[in-house]
Parts: sequence; structure tokens; C-alpha cells
Amino acid sequence: MNFDFSDDQRLIQKTVREMLAATSSSTAVRAVMAGQAPYASTVWQNLIDMGAATAAIPEIYGGAGLGYLELCLVAEEAGRHLAPVPLSSSFYLAAEALLQGGSETQRRNWLPRIAAGDLIATAILQRSESYLNIPPLSFDGGVLSGTVTAVPDGAAAGLAVLRAGADLVLVDLSAGGVTRTPQPSLDPSRPCAELRFSAVPAERLPCDGATIAARVLNGGAVLLAFEQVGGSARILEISRDYTLERRAFGRQVGAFQALKHKMADLYTGNELARAHAYYGAWALAATAPELAKAAAAARVAATAAFNGAAEEGIEIHGGIGFTWEMDCHLYLRRARHLAHLIGSEHAWRVQLANELVREAA
Amino acid sequence: MDFNDSPAEAAFRAEARAWLEANGQRRQHVDERFGEGLSEAERIAAAKAWQAKKAAASYAAITWPKSMGGRGGTPMEQVIYTQEEAKFLVPQQVFEISLGMCLPTVASWAAPALQARYLPPGIAGQEIWCQLFSEPSAGSDTGGIRTRAEKRGDGWIINGQKVWTSGAHFCDYGILLARSDWDKPKQEGLTMFMIDMKAPGVEVRPIHQMSGESEFNEVFLNDVAIPDSHRLGPECGGWKVMLSTLMHERLSVGGNLPTDLHHRLIALAKSCRWDNAPALEDTRVRARIAETYLQQHGVELIISRGLTALSRGQTPGPEMSVIKLVAAKAMQNITGFALELAGPEGILGYQALGDEWRYIQRLWLSAPGARLAGGTDEILRNVIAERVLGLPGEVRTDRKIPFRELTQ
Repeated sequence: MNFDFSDDQRLIQKTVREMLAATSSSTAVRAVMAGQAPYASTVWQNLIDMGAATAAIPEIYGGAGLGYLELCLVAEEAGRHLAPVPLSSSFYLAAEALLQGGSETQRRNWLPRIAAGDLIATAILQRSESYLNIPPLSFDGGVLSGTVTAVPDGAAAGLAVLRAGADLVLVDLSAGGVTRTPQPSLDPSRPCAELRFSAVPAERLPCDGATIAARVLNGGAVLLAFEQVGGSARILEISRDYTLERRAFGRQVGAFQALKHKMADLYTGNELARAHAYYGAWALAATAPELAKAAAAARVAATAAFNGAAEEGIEIHGGIGFTWEMDCHLYLRRARHLAHLIGSEHAWRVQLANELVREAA
Repeated sequence: MDFNDSPAEAAFRAEARAWLEANGQRRQHVDERFGEGLSEAERIAAAKAWQAKKAAASYAAITWPKSMGGRGGTPMEQVIYTQEEAKFLVPQQVFEISLGMCLPTVASWAAPALQARYLPPGIAGQEIWCQLFSEPSAGSDTGGIRTRAEKRGDGWIINGQKVWTSGAHFCDYGILLARSDWDKPKQEGLTMFMIDMKAPGVEVRPIHQMSGESEFNEVFLNDVAIPDSHRLGPECGGWKVMLSTLMHERLSVGGNLPTDLHHRLIALAKSCRWDNAPALEDTRVRARIAETYLQQHGVELIISRGLTALSRGQTPGPEMSVIKLVAAKAMQNITGFALELAGPEGILGYQALGDEWRYIQRLWLSAPGARLAGGTDEILRNVIAERVLGLPGEVRTDRKIPFRELTQ
């Protein structure tokens, strides 16, 4: 039985943690929130230079060539420190779509630039849930038209992988005919934008779009679960620390059983989510047939854990937690961002159930 | 990262499996339990015979040193043996408390002559032990023990009542915590003893559980004489001895939650009909099945993390403390939802519904006990809050007061 990360992998995690603790500060997160930058460039450059962001990209494409397990631990630290950088857009989704579904030429053209960090890439791989009901993109094999909304890092990105019908298409966002409109978001520390395409040249990834999209989304679900588990663990620690400081009715408020039990439950939910995230990491790294099930379980458990911990984090703090100056709301906002990025908790719960029923048949 | 045995673990597993194949019978069905149809006396006799066989093959006390009759093996080997044994239709659990709590306490605290007398037959399955700590007034608050130990000449006279004693009616010996000094604060006036369960004055009465079963007992102690040589640890040192007993408790990485509950739910949801269609087609049902899996497999995965620590020669981390908390409540949630699938008919006993409901109904009826035994959900939340998260302990107003005053 070896269901844990290795000492070497933990060492990488520790190095990333120390870097992020020093650079991905509340100030850095708030600067992005205030619109001063599309992402925290120092944090981003450090993640690139350390080979952390590119852990799962092979060396021939300019990556660190480590693997998914290492990237999972990088994700956990990014979540802990609310890293306001396009890690998920560029590396969990777009680069993965190129790696899994791109031609050799497409990979060689784009992956080294993504791995160097100067080209931000983004991806929208499915949209089965919608309110705005924007018509789907149209792609005739060479030219892309239409609109996609709520594109993460859509304003900063230079490249996008998009789902158009049965195809995955690659589009250079510096081309003429691309209009970007930044959109307001509940988590402005991770900006998003609307992208409009008027007959923009685009190329198809030579793959079965649905299969590759599902594979990349499953991998993304695992990596995002690590971000969620990291964020959830951190807001619980912050809340715990506060209850040891704050006194009321003549005691530390953390001595009250109502708060102790609430925090014990948050811890429990987080450890369950962590266990599912680890299982997802194993399935992703081992290309196991259980990936669709494990990824959905990790996604659902981690989404519930982070949303819950962020909500209760404010409750535990009391009135001070409701102020702009306290960081509690940064976690609440980030939990929301992560919960929506690749489809809702409900959609993933359905995927999990479908996989379980299929397995039982 | 993988779920595989190390080469040494795989070799031990193969050896244990071969021995089990040669000496036991493989379970044909997951619901099969050893000893169904046997009387209790026959079950205990079978358990003793099985334990003797294990002892002869060095599987009885795998982690104990060879000098004490064990195998000198690793905790991981114990886990592997237990996993393999669970696949066979052999007696289980009868010796868990003997080997996991009582005999290690004897080994730590009894004089060498007594160790020589009691350890070998205990390991070899000739004698069974029970643990007598809980009392009507001392449940979660074990320090509230009122059973009285009075010194008379060379020995002690015990009077009082114990409760929730597993297997007391078939046990030969027990370890007993009693109050020897009423003028000291609660935890400081306790002393630990070995007790002969067949001695005059020991009366065992089974507790009729709400599930219909009787796995536990009340034990009444009336002027039971215990020689001073059978005291374990110093006078008034009983609390420390008890903590050492609990430390010996079997590797706390095991779980009691069955691993196939979501498969049973899926099978039942196929047969139950909601609005003229299989309930399984309803998204509400599917969402709950997903939830079931998250709890159930989550517990298994946390156990796997604990086993990984053991396999690496480390001590499992504090995250293990969530296992029982999640597993017991999950058992209640899952079986409760299974009953709901049948709608109004879900209230019927399995005799009317069919045998596929028998196991679910048995679990549903035992779940409330699972949430209490070995630490209530509430105590476990305190343990997590205090020992894992470092939050302050509960206010205790009785800690420094002589126990005599607390009872007035």
C-alpha cells in the first residue's frame, strides 16, 4: 500500500508553498481583484521558473517533465494561497487539450510558448449548463464564428481551445476578428471575459472532440479538487487561529463546543475531499479506467468542502469576517470561482452516479 | 503512488492466504456470517479452536514479540492477515478485546509469574478476556467510576456495577477499573485489577439491545475478592494504566463500514419503482447514490492512507480520527435512504419484503449503536477539535474536587 505522495514530491510542494507564502499575499490577490493586473506576474513567473506550473508538460515541449502527481501538489498550494494566476486555464485545461488531442505540429507550435509563461492559454471544453443560452460556436473546418462567455483569463489569453460542435478547435486570439470584453465576476481575483469571433481562422485538433474534452475535464476536475482542498484547509486554519485569539463571555471562543464541533466537521469534510482528490491523482497519473469516477468524486467532495469551509469561515469569525479588509471573502469568492469553472457540482454528481451505475451493471 | 503490496507484504499475504486456504473455508457470499445456526457455546468453542490453530501457526498475535508468544511481525502484517482472514468463513472478533486490550495490559503491568500464567493460554485461545471500565455513571466520562475497591488484609473486596461489557458471559478473566480512594479527585483515586469472571460474587446479565441482539452485558460485583498480587500498576495509578490499555487498542485504521453499500443501493433502486419506473432512473436517487459512494469510499481511502503510513513504518496521522465519525453516521444515512426507496412498503420487515433487505435492516438497527460505541459522535468531534485542530478542552469543574464530594 503506497497511497500517498513521495518524499521528493512533498519537497517540491514545500518549495512551492514557501514561494507562494512569500509572494501570493493578500495584497497580491487584492491587486488583481482591483483590476490593477490581469494576474500576479511575480507569482506567475516564479511558478514558471521553478518548473511548478509546467510539471506535467514533457521536456520536449519545454515543460519540467515531472508528472501529474507533482502538478496536483502545486495545485494544492495554489489553492491554499489563492494564487491569482492563470494556472488552471493555461495548464490544467488548454495545455492538456493540446497534449491529449493536438497534432505534433500543434503541440510543437504552442506548448513551448505556454510553458514559457509568456503566452496565456485558455479553454472552454463543454457548456451543458447555461442561463444566457448563447448559440453554440460555428466552425466550418477553417473559420470560427460566434461567442463564448465566462472565459477564464479570456482578456489575457493569447490562445484558446474551444468546443465547437463535435470538434475541439484551436484559435489564435491575436487574430483579426476577435473581440474581447472583460466581464464582471464574483471572484475578480480570477478575471473572465467574453470572446466574440467574426470569421476568425482556427484549426481543428485532430481528435475525437468529445472523448478528449471528457478526458481533459476529468483531469481538470482532479487538479481543481487539489486547489479546493488547499483553499479549504487554509480557511479552516485561519478560522481556527482566530477563535484562539478572540474572547467572548470570558473565554476563547474556540473553547465553545458549537464552534469546536463545527470546525471538526469542516476538517472531516476536508479530509474526505482530500482522500478523493488523492484517488483522483492516482487515477490521472496511472491513466486508470476509474478516472471518470474518481475525478467526479474528487470534484463533488472538494467543491462541497471548500464552499462549506469558506461560508463557515465567515460565520466563525463573526462580524469582522464580513468586512472587506478581512480575507475571509477572498476564500468565499475563490471557492465560488472553482465551483463553477468546469461545470456545477450537480453536473459532476450526475457523472459520478452514472459511472457508479455503469460499474454495477 | 499505488495500491500495491510491497514485495515483502505480497510474500506475507501469499503465505497467510495459503495457510487460510489450507485451514479455512472461503466465504461464498458477502452476507455469510460464521456460526449462523450454532448455539453460542458452539460458536465460542469453535472460536477457541480456531484461535489455537492460529497460535500454532504464529498468526494469533502477529505484532507481539516472539518472546511473548507472538510472531514478531509488523502492524502491516497484522492488517494483511486480517484482510485475508475476512474472506474466510472463520470465527472473528471473539478474541479482539483479549489480544487488543487486556493481554497487552497484563504484559505491561503484571508481575512476571502472572504473565507466565496468563499470556500463553490467552494467546492460544484457551481463555478469553473482557474489559470492565464503563459504568452506569461513567460512560463518556470514564473518570466517574463508582465501583468500590476496599483493601482487606492481603487483598481487595470489590462492589459495584459495570455495563456494556462485551462478551462478559463467556469470558474467563477481565481487567477492571475501580475506585480505591474516594478522597482523591476523580481520576486520581482509581486502581486497575485483573478479575476472575468465574469468582463468587460476579453476576453477568445480558443487555437486550434495541437491535434485538445481546452482544453486551451488565456485570454486578458483590463482595468479589481479588488478591493484591492481581493489581495492575500502583494503587491509585489506574487512570494511567487505562490510558496504556487504550494505547494498545488495535490499529485504529480499521473501519466497520461495509464497502459494497452503494452496489446494494443500486440493486435495490433498480427493483423499487417510483412513478412506474425503476427508482434508479430518478435523478434524486442517483444523487443520493453518489453521496453514498463519497462517504463509503472516502472512508476506505482514508484507511488506505493510514495503511500507507503503517507500510512505511510510520504512525498513522490524526486524520484517522475521522473514520469512525464518518462511517457510523454514513451507515445510518445509507440504510435509512435504502428503506425510503421502497416507499410505504419500506416499513415492512425483511421477512415480508425479501431476503435482500435483511442485511440493510440489520445495519439500520445497529447504526445507532455504532454511533455510540468506542466514543460517541460528540466525543469524537471533541477529539478532532482538541487533538487535531488544537482547540481548547472542555471546562471541567470536577477535576480537583475529592470524588466523595461529587457524589453527595
